[in-house]
Amino acid sequence: MRLSLTGALALGVIVSVGAVAHAEAPGDPKAVKSVDGKYFDAKGDPTYNVQPDGTVDFYTFSGYRRYHSECHVCHGPNAEGSTYAPALKDSVKRFNYQEFAGIVIGGRENKTAGNESVMPSFAENKNAMCYLDDIYIYLRARSTDAIGRGRPEKKEEKPAAFSEAEAKCMSAK
Amino acid sequence: MHKLLLSTSVGAFALLSFGAANADELVTLQKDPKQWALPTGDYANTRYSSLKQINTENVGKLAPAWTFSTGVLRGHEGAPLVVGDVMYLHTPFPNIVYALDLNDSGKILWKYEPKQDPSVVPVMCCDTVNRGLAYGDGKIFLAQADTTLVALDAKTGKLVWSVKNGDPSKGQTSTAAPHVFKDKVFVGIAGGEFGVRGHITAYDVKDGKEVWRGYSMGPDADTLIDPDKTTHLGKPVGKDSGISTWEGEQWKTGGGTTWGWYSYDPELNLIYYGSGNPSTWNPKQRPGDNRWSMTIWARDLDTGKVKWLYQMTPHDEWDYDGINEMILADQDMGAGVKRKTLVHFDRNGFAYTLDRVTGELLVAEKYDPAVNWATKVDMDKNSPTYGRPQVVAKYSTDKNGEDTNTQGVCPAALGSKDEQPASFNPDTGLFYVPTNHVCMDYEPFRVSYTAGQPYVGATLEMFPAGRVLGDKTDNTGNFIAWDARAGKIVWSDKEQFSVWSGTVTTAGGLAFYGTLEGYLKAVDLKTGKELYKFKTPSGIIGNVITYEHAGKQYVAVLSGVGGWAGIGLAAGLSKSNEGLGAVGNYASLSNYTALGGVLTVFALPN
Ligand code: HEC
Repeated sequence: MRLSLTGALALGVIVSVGAVAHAEAPGDPKAVKSVDGKYFDAKGDPTYNVQPDGTVDFYTFSGYRRYHSECHVCHGPNAEGSTYAPALKDSVKRFNYQEFAGIVIGGRENKTAGNESVMPSFAENKNAMCYLDDIYIYLRARSTDAIGRGRPEKKEEKPAAFSEAEAKCMSAK
Repeated sequence: MHKLLLSTSVGAFALLSFGAANADELVTLQKDPKQWALPTGDYANTRYSSLKQINTENVGKLAPAWTFSTGVLRGHEGAPLVVGDVMYLHTPFPNIVYALDLNDSGKILWKYEPKQDPSVVPVMCCDTVNRGLAYGDGKIFLAQADTTLVALDAKTGKLVWSVKNGDPSKGQTSTAAPHVFKDKVFVGIAGGEFGVRGHITAYDVKDGKEVWRGYSMGPDADTLIDPDKTTHLGKPVGKDSGISTWEGEQWKTGGGTTWGWYSYDPELNLIYYGSGNPSTWNPKQRPGDNRWSMTIWARDLDTGKVKWLYQMTPHDEWDYDGINEMILADQDMGAGVKRKTLVHFDRNGFAYTLDRVTGELLVAEKYDPAVNWATKVDMDKNSPTYGRPQVVAKYSTDKNGEDTNTQGVCPAALGSKDEQPASFNPDTGLFYVPTNHVCMDYEPFRVSYTAGQPYVGATLEMFPAGRVLGDKTDNTGNFIAWDARAGKIVWSDKEQFSVWSGTVTTAGGLAFYGTLEGYLKAVDLKTGKELYKFKTPSGIIGNVITYEHAGKQYVAVLSGVGGWAGIGLAAGLSKSNEGLGAVGNYASLSNYTALGGVLTVFALPN
């Protein structure tokens, strides 16, 4: 089976399909709790955690990597936008977690004549789908400049829960 | 068969006198400096013009004569063609073609707009660029993004024939210009980031019938390699060389795409081009030399049979695509002997001079002093590593392995130079080369292949080469003059941004190129001194051309920022906390320019 919308659901992504007319704005990205090395905000959405010495949580680091392999060819390095696609470090200030996931899974087309561009659907791409939370977390960290440009220099140890989920997701059929 | 007729004709360039009228026409057209009838200027890819009305004395007075908006915002690579009184202009997706009347300031004679499924757009890595058109046999050839090759009547724009060259649902796309050599039109394929196995295909200009197709890897029947006759560095390559350096069936998704510029030597009847990176970017996942990715190819025009090959970057670990143009120039290689050479400025930062008859390697030197991934190319014919780059262990992303960040590799993946073509000027004997001065960190990791999905497998971060050199510079480009006999830089002009524009040089003593901020510049061939600049409406990633109409010399260039340059540099490259060099804050491209495709045509005032 292909990794489809249902597959994505199984990964714990709650997807609201279709346009969200009055979407709730994303909450304060401040981490209020941590489960197995993964951080969550007051609304329960995944978020980053940066320690005073610059050490980032492992998900932020993983998101940095995945963003720069799956997304940056269109959205530009460091989530700062390109001549082709918008700066996601700003987008995540407007989109909450569900909307973000909805766009990445469903894709989007801009049909303005002379400016055609397409945000592809990543529903079938494990290299993105298995790291959707990580990418979102990374983008949130960029949105507040909690981390700067480039590769985070210090990171927390890779949590066992991360490795487990990764192996399961990447080998799922 | 007219094929026979062609190959039996005496090879002398000037004496071609066989039946195919269109072949005669192209040879005549490319010798006439008033026209720009080939996307590369001429078969040899010199991009040299003998026009000299505009020269070092008067270029300062150059001014825009007329402009034309393409109506498309995406990145505009390539250049228009000029045939007779008509200019033919292409656009990025949706790939509109305009025929413009030069007798009437570019009035539109006809317009062709294909209907393409927009689902091809997201499988075009790095913007929806198209690098231009080809002319031949009274037709204009367009390779659409969705890989459809169309032949249009040059007079009316009506479709004469069309043929499908690939399948976008598998990530196969077209970005390169088609090339007409003699009686055939040649097209390649893009999609190295989607695991596409590259190929080049020859179609009959008359009716679009496929004449031959040669793959970059796979069995000899696919590659058209002769195990006994095809040579690599002077030795026969042996059976199925396009399989034996891959593990299992990996060659089937092996990359080696063919999206660059092609050249042709009518005397030898050989066409030359380069193949791109092996897929994926994670070298650990594809052990072996990965032949024949990253290779210079010499194929027979009529049969596709491979005469010789040279693999520049065996087992690529940095995405140094080998697709850049092959410039054919006859040069004195010492002892007063003129040799038929081929000069190639590779993404990997080495400039190669080869004997294009035999494929013998004559010179391989760095054309940017920042290049550090290899110390040199082994030139010792008796060495077991003859012809191979001597890779520095510290910069080997394969040795350092998956999930390890290899730092400070120069050049970056976009190469010391990308597709933007250089020019050979026979008056000075030098090459004029638009270059990048960018380095990177590169971290490969495991990816899985899904047809039609990106198959990248590495994270990279790019930055100005000054960070690695520690010389307090922050420019990401240079425009250089290169001596391909000695393998030496003659002069080098700093550019703030990568020079992503193709060059033209003239008998007027000038080199023209564009910059990412949008300047068209003219510099003195001898010294590199800037003699003219004008800021066009958007950043330039197109190629400059020159032609003459009604007694006046014109210089034309497309602006329209985008492409990989627009993606990589839009927001700047330095780390937030870096204050490099004199400029302090390395500026981002988006502070200088915005989208928009416009052709600007320059001339001297009356
Ligand atoms: C092939 C190019 C391409 C790739 C790869 C790509 N995107 Fe996009 N994306 C776009 C384009 C173009 C748009 C704007 C579409 C529009 O205007 O409707 C977009 C829009 C978006 C938006 C909405 C932004 C906004 O402000 O409206 C989000 C969120 C997004 N992309 C996330 C991602 C993520 C996450 C990845 C990597 C997993 C990714 N994209 C990879 C091209 C791409």
